[in-house]
Parts: sequence; structure tokens; C-alpha cells
Amino acid sequence: MHRFSSTIHGWLLLLPAMALLVLFTHWPALATLIDSFYSTPRQRRAPVFVGLENYRVIVDDPVFWQALSNNLWFALGTIPVSIGLALLMALWVNDRIAGRTIVRMAYFTPTVLPMIAVANIWLFFYTPQYGLLAQVLSAFGGSSQNWLGSKDTALICVTIVAIWKEAGFFMIFYLAALQQIPPNLGEAAALEGASRLYFFRRVQFPLLMPTTLFVLVNAVINAFRMVDHIIVMTRGGPDNATSLLLFRVYELGFSFWDTALAAAMTVVLLVGLALLALGQYVFLEKRIHYR
Amino acid sequence: MRRREFLKGAAAAAGIGMAKPAIAQGSTEISFYYPVAVGGPITKLIDTLAADFEKENPSIKVKPIYAGTYQETIVKALTAHKSGNPPTTSVLLSTDMFTLIDEDAVVPIDDFIKTDADKKWLDSFFPAFMLNSQTGGKTWGAPFQRSTVVLYWNKDLFKEAGLDPEKAPANWAEQVTFAQKLTKSDSSGATQWGIQVPSSGFPYWLFQGFTTQAGGILMNADGNRTFYDKPEIVEGLSYWVELSRKHKVHPTGIVEWGTTPKDFFEKKTAMMWTTTGNLTNVRNNAKFPFGVAMLPAGKRRGSPTGGGNFYISKKAPRAQQEAAFQFIRWVTTPERAAQWCVDTGYVAVRPDAFETAALKKYVADFPPAAVARDQLPFAVAELSTHENQRVTKALNDGLQAALTGTKSPEQAMRDSQAEAERILSRYR
Repeated sequence: MHRFSSTIHGWLLLLPAMALLVLFTHWPALATLIDSFYSTPRQRRAPVFVGLENYRVIVDDPVFWQALSNNLWFALGTIPVSIGLALLMALWVNDRIAGRTIVRMAYFTPTVLPMIAVANIWLFFYTPQYGLLAQVLSAFGGSSQNWLGSKDTALICVTIVAIWKEAGFFMIFYLAALQQIPPNLGEAAALEGASRLYFFRRVQFPLLMPTTLFVLVNAVINAFRMVDHIIVMTRGGPDNATSLLLFRVYELGFSFWDTALAAAMTVVLLVGLALLALGQYVFLEKRIHYR
Repeated sequence: MRRREFLKGAAAAAGIGMAKPAIAQGSTEISFYYPVAVGGPITKLIDTLAADFEKENPSIKVKPIYAGTYQETIVKALTAHKSGNPPTTSVLLSTDMFTLIDEDAVVPIDDFIKTDADKKWLDSFFPAFMLNSQTGGKTWGAPFQRSTVVLYWNKDLFKEAGLDPEKAPANWAEQVTFAQKLTKSDSSGATQWGIQVPSSGFPYWLFQGFTTQAGGILMNADGNRTFYDKPEIVEGLSYWVELSRKHKVHPTGIVEWGTTPKDFFEKKTAMMWTTTGNLTNVRNNAKFPFGVAMLPAGKRRGSPTGGGNFYISKKAPRAQQEAAFQFIRWVTTPERAAQWCVDTGYVAVRPDAFETAALKKYVADFPPAAVARDQLPFAVAELSTHENQRVTKALNDGLQAALTGTKSPEQAMRDSQAEAERILSRYR
């Protein structure tokens, strides 16, 4: 009897969160999966079951492959660099340096700013002729570049914006983790005469691994999720050079109103991300020391 | 039934622009989606219009809802339509006509035309603006905030370069020779460009200037066929590409739409192509005398129209649709069209608006305001087809590929046409 009522109690406590999760996460995901097997409803033409047709269209679509390759380069650019930068910044502001609070704040500021504002600031940086970058370059005798307007540089430019925005956020996690490391480890290492690099390599870094995994998972998700600045800065152009997967989903769904194709593309993205996350946990879990 | 007759009466009253209806029975509320890229003055103008209308028509309440950019507004309007509860009326791009028809989201304006006065009203707009408002013998949108592409030039820089500061280039050849004289460079590259034609976001719109001047058309009136790979179209693109690659008077790569007016203010370009909607912006921010001219002629003059139309939602209740129609008629009377033109810089949508005292005075003080009107006889319909955004993107991608130098103009237009063909074939 007692056990029964406590089970009910437990479920009741779970219910509000559960209901929200089911309503806004599980159901839409399931509905997306179902929709991806139907055609897009058009003017009095009800959706019909088309099986894998939408997926075939995606595979045949060169823009999808370009968005995928762009997205992989974007991920390859943002993930290691922003994590490395975050770790470096955290190590630095963890020490007792003058103006520590101000430096920490400065590193964290980009994270606080809304992405739309950030994109607009960087739009000015990249403006040819009188933009910040152009002015600095011309002071050193460099020639003016059309950074966002050229297919060779546009993707690198939007990648840099993402790194700038993201690194400060990851730094906070590393900073918190660093402060959890007991100081006696550092003292012991100092007594043993370990160099700073050795201490980092053999003590700090292994102890930071759980944080690294958490940050890595987040960085991977972000690499496939950040599209606000694309919409502001390039709208996927020039000629799809900065089109990322999620941006393409938005374009298919809300510019072209091809909702079935957008649903199929979302499923592709979801499955890809789920596999990545799974892989990260399965392969990295073993190499992590939890205290 | 009685309400409808009453509304009809009100229509006649509003049409003549006098007399308040004696009895106000019940009230109809109409919601009105309005796109506004930047807040501020325009929202205030719309609020004033709505309030004035309510004063003259106490039985109708107008609720303007600012819905973001044009793109965001149509996303919201269509989402609301799919959920069954759309706004009564919205201002959306005239080019979204086919999309709205395909989604079965709007009713033709003709449904509300009953009296001779109504008919006269429908015929009162500039024909150029109706090209993007009519298809299949029906009128789907009422022109409201419409624009066209014009050329702005910096008179000081013209003088510096030894050109007549009062004379804009009249044809393609002059456009190149003027721009050559106006381009300055030092060791780090060009410090001042002769001309800038923006190519980010919606390059097809400005491109339509070149294609029309080259004597080409981009699509048929049914909106189910495009002609991207025709020789005239390729010729237009070649001219645009050569401005930067051959004559070196135009920046290479993609020119940002948003910063082009700023480049003009900063004297980084001596001439620019942009919308008449920028007129007030340029007037307020240019610290030098400037001129506004029709786009230079190739085989002929030409420019696309652009901007927004009023649409009435299909799923709105009949009484609300009728009320919305009253509002649209009221907003597009000559006096209000004239005032709207003065306040915003958009082209007044009907010729008789230019005969009003307000607009006559404005044009006398500020002659550039009449350039857009004078260009209208040469204007063509803006590119608009079924699955408009997709077909347009096919062209945009090709244009950007050619402008960034990854494809030749011929190749780029062939690829764009193939993609458009693939999308449109099922609409024939």
C-alpha cells in the first residue's frame, strides 16, 4: 500500500516536466518522422504516403551535400579551436593575475551578447574598405578584401564569429572545474619538482576530462545548431558557400514551404547528431577518470 | 445581411471621402499584419492611419500587428493560415502572390468589387504595379508600399572627376565611361568605386534591371516558366560581371545590400543602384548634393517594381473580409497614397495621387521624388512564379556564382534555368 502510494507520488511529481517534454519534444520529433514519409500538402492536395521519396530527393540535392560539407568544415573549425581557446583562457584567469575579474568578464562578454547583435558587429568588422578589418589591414599596407562576398573566405569568416562567441562560454565550465581541483595536488606536485606543463598534462588535464566531454558534446551540438549569424551575415550565400544544414532546413521549411522535405532533412540531422552523441559517450567514457 | 448593406453604404461614403455613417451597429475587428524591418516612424504612421480610419468608421476596429521583415511576416501569416486563424489582411510582397494562391490562403480582391466606384478604384493604380497583382484574370493584391530601382549619384564626386554634376549616365556605355572616371585607386586597391549594384540576399531584383534593359524577360505571366538561359538574360549578366572583372569600376564578389547606402554616404562609391525606398534615408544622411535618375538604358530603359501589396485572407469571416476591404480602399485614396509617399519615400501607387496638393508641393521641393514615377512606364513585373522563393533562389545562386567568378555567365544561367525547369514543370 505504502509502496503503491509512493509510486503514484513519484509519477505525480514527474508529471508536469514529463507533460512538457512529451508535448514539446517527443511529439514534435515523432510527428516530424511521420511527416517525412508523406508529400507536402499543397492547395487542396492532401499529403500522400511517399515512403522514402523525400530522402531520395535530399540525396540527389547538390545543395544538401554542399551544406553537409560546409557544416563539417564549420564543425572542424569551431570545435577544437573553441575548446582549446576556452581551456587556455580558463588556465590563465584561474591564476592570481592582476585584474582577474575584468579579464574573466571580458572573455565572457561575447557569450552574453545575443547572436544577432554579434553578427551585426562582425558584419561591420568584415565590411570592405572601411570595416575594422580593412582599416587595420590597410594600416599595414594590405589590400582590401571582400571577406563575406567571396566564396573562398565567407565560410572561414562565419566560423571565426562562432568561435569568438563560444569560447568564453566553455571557459566558464573549465574555470569551475579547475577550482574544484584540490590545491594540495598542486602543492604536492610543486614539492616533487614537477614542471607546470607536466602538472597540467598528468594532473589537471585528466581531472578535467569529464568537463571536456561535457563541453565537447555541447560544442558538437552547437556546430549544427548555430545559424542565427548565417541569416544575418550571408543568408547562406554567396552561392550556398555558407549554407549549413539547419539553415537549409529553415530555408526548405519556411522559404520554400516544402514542409515534407524539411521534415526529412530534420530527421537526417537528428539521426546524425544522435549517432555523434552516442559515439562520444561510448568511446570517450572509458578514457575519463571520474573522481 | 443588414450589416453587409451597411458596409456597402460605408464604402460609398468612404470612397467619396465624406460623411460619417449615422448608426454604428456592433463592431467588426480586423487584424492586420504589417512588415516593418526597423521600428520607429513607420509603425507610428500605421498606427495613425488605423486610428483615423476608426474615427471615420466607428463600427470597425483595426488592429495592426507588426510582424517583422517581409520574410518573417509571410512565415507568420502562412503559419496562422495553416492553424486556421489567419490575420484578416496583411501586407506581403507582391511577388508572394503565387505562393499565397498555391497555399489557398487569399481571396481575390474582385470578390469585393460591387459598385462602379469600386471598379474605378481598382483601375486607378499604375498599370506597372498591377503586373504583380493579377494573374489568371483575377486581382489578388492591392498595391500599397511599392518601389522600384533607381540610380543615385554623388554630384561632388562627378564634379571632381570632370563630369557634368547634373547629368546621370543615360545608357550602358555612359555608365561604364562615367564609372571609369569615378574610380580611384592606390597601392592597396580601389579607394573609391565608380558604381555599386548590391548582390546579397536578393540579387535577382537588381539583376532584373539589367535583363529588362537588355530586352529580355525572366518569366511568363502564368508564373510557370522561366527564361534564365535566353541570350538577353546572359547579356545582362555579362554586363554586370564585366563592370567588376573587365572594367574594374565595381567591387568584385558580392556587394552587401545593407551597407551599400553607407558606402555611398562614405564616398566609397560614386553611384549606386538601390530602391526608391531609400530616398528618405539618403536625403537625411548624404552630406553632399546627390541626384536620382532612372536606370541607364541598354536596348531600352527598364526596372522591376517591388514592394508590398495588401492581401485578404481566405479563412477570415466574410464580415471581417468586407471590413478589411473598406480599410484597404480607404488607405489607397489619392490623398493618403500621396501622404504615404511623402512620409516614407515609397512611390504613390496611383497617378492621381501626384495631382494632389501635398505631393505636388513635395515634388516641387524635392524633384527626385518624381523619378520613380517617370520610370514606371518602363517598369516590368518583378520575378514571381509558383514556388517563388525556390525558383528565385535558383537564379540567385547562379548570379552569385557568376559574380564571384566560379561560373561563366552562360554556365551559371544554364544551371539556374535547369533547376527552375525542374521545379516548375509540374505547374504546367
